[in-house]
Amino acid sequence: MMTSEFFTTWFLPGVWVTVQVTVYAAVLGAAVSFGIGLARGSQIWIVRFLAGAYFEVFRGMSALVLMFWMFFALPLFGWQLVPMWAGVSALALTYGAYGSEIVRGSLAAVTPAQKEAGIALNFTRAQRLRLIELPQAWPDMVPPFNNLLIELLKGTALVSVITVADMTFAGNLLRLGTNETTPVYTLLLVLYFVLAFLITRGMRLLERRAKAGVGQRPEQDGGTTRKLGARGESLQAGSQSAGGIG
Amino acid sequence: MNWDWNVVDDFMPRFWDGVLVTLQAMAVGTLIAFALGLVWALAQRSGHAWVRWPVVAVTEFIRNTPLLVQLFFLFYVVPNFGPSMSPLTTGIVGLGLHYSTYTAEVYRAGIDGVPAGQWEAATALSLSRGRTWRAVILPQAIRRVVPPLGNYVVAMLKDSPMIATIGAFDMLGEAQAFSNETFTTEALTVVGVAFIAIAYPASLLIRALERRLVR
Repeated sequence: MMTSEFFTTWFLPGVWVTVQVTVYAAVLGAAVSFGIGLARGSQIWIVRFLAGAYFEVFRGMSALVLMFWMFFALPLFGWQLVPMWAGVSALALTYGAYGSEIVRGSLAAVTPAQKEAGIALNFTRAQRLRLIELPQAWPDMVPPFNNLLIELLKGTALVSVITVADMTFAGNLLRLGTNETTPVYTLLLVLYFVLAFLITRGMRLLERRAKAGVGQRPEQDGGTTRKLGARGESLQAGSQSAGGIG
Repeated sequence: MNWDWNVVDDFMPRFWDGVLVTLQAMAVGTLIAFALGLVWALAQRSGHAWVRWPVVAVTEFIRNTPLLVQLFFLFYVVPNFGPSMSPLTTGIVGLGLHYSTYTAEVYRAGIDGVPAGQWEAATALSLSRGRTWRAVILPQAIRRVVPPLGNYVVAMLKDSPMIATIGAFDMLGEAQAFSNETFTTEALTVVGVAFIAIAYPASLLIRALERRLVR
């Protein structure tokens, strides 16, 4: 039977490991997303090409196969990763590829006039990105990134097959030890669902804040006056910081 | 690093066995996901709350829990209550069931995308409920749903190695067993490349399809 002792010695640490893997992979995956996503919009063709190749390879790759490969085949190249980091890096590389598409897509969706305004103001590429494009693309990025985070949470179950003692690993161990399959796997499914639910709730707050931050955003089909107004604001914001630099 | 093509050669017969299982899982899993997804989507639009709510609850639960744990559940728990299935059958059912909750969402968006005027026109012509769906709504919804459905076929391909964890010998399962027996890693690399070799042309195909259908 499922004793409370087992619960505290295996299951709770397992939950903690799952949370850790999710957080590490989410942070690293976000870094990969922005790196690759920005590189895919680069003006240097070789950078664009390499980033595009990264996207195609890691989107086409099964996360589980990648994880196995990093854990079992990477030592062949003289690089041994502890199970946890083999798992985290495989997840971050996979979800980074999906995330790069979110970053690329939402940057591409920024109205061309906004980019042209930046050029007209003689902003450097980095300034345009930081002051104009990213702030406007951000609200478009948040909801798909939330979906990705749920996918990531579910993906962390895979680390159990390379012996990381996460929730799923604890569940399998418990099943082997007790043969109480029904309560064990039911509990496991419920725990994942609860974690996913908590993430969704938390992220909805972030979503609302991201939307609130862009009250004066020009509508895609909005009137000229609104567009002018919005452009005027970014001009103002730009001149302030340009003054700071000058 | 020492790469040995002889090892790759030895692995090849088992590799093809694995490819067959992977493709089988993907094909049958796709059929289940596409059919069941439509059932979910239609049930979620039902006028009866007692049909709608359980379906919404079940699909949300499946969507928000990991496929891997669902496979364990199907393989270790379900036989306690119902039929006991072979690892491959369990894997295919698991894949199909899991992805049916995604395809349901695709169908839902596709159906919602059909302009309201089409519903009104069907009412004006006093078409029956069944005919409205069959002759007016679904044919128009299909065009919108094909590209996203295609993406889920590729996603299913990439998730199919999970069935190896319950003992179904797909590409990964064969590679893993081979690697354990021979203490080599070439097989895993071959399988990794094979996934890209299948998934990349597939995603090009979907993109082409998307360009043709959504204009």
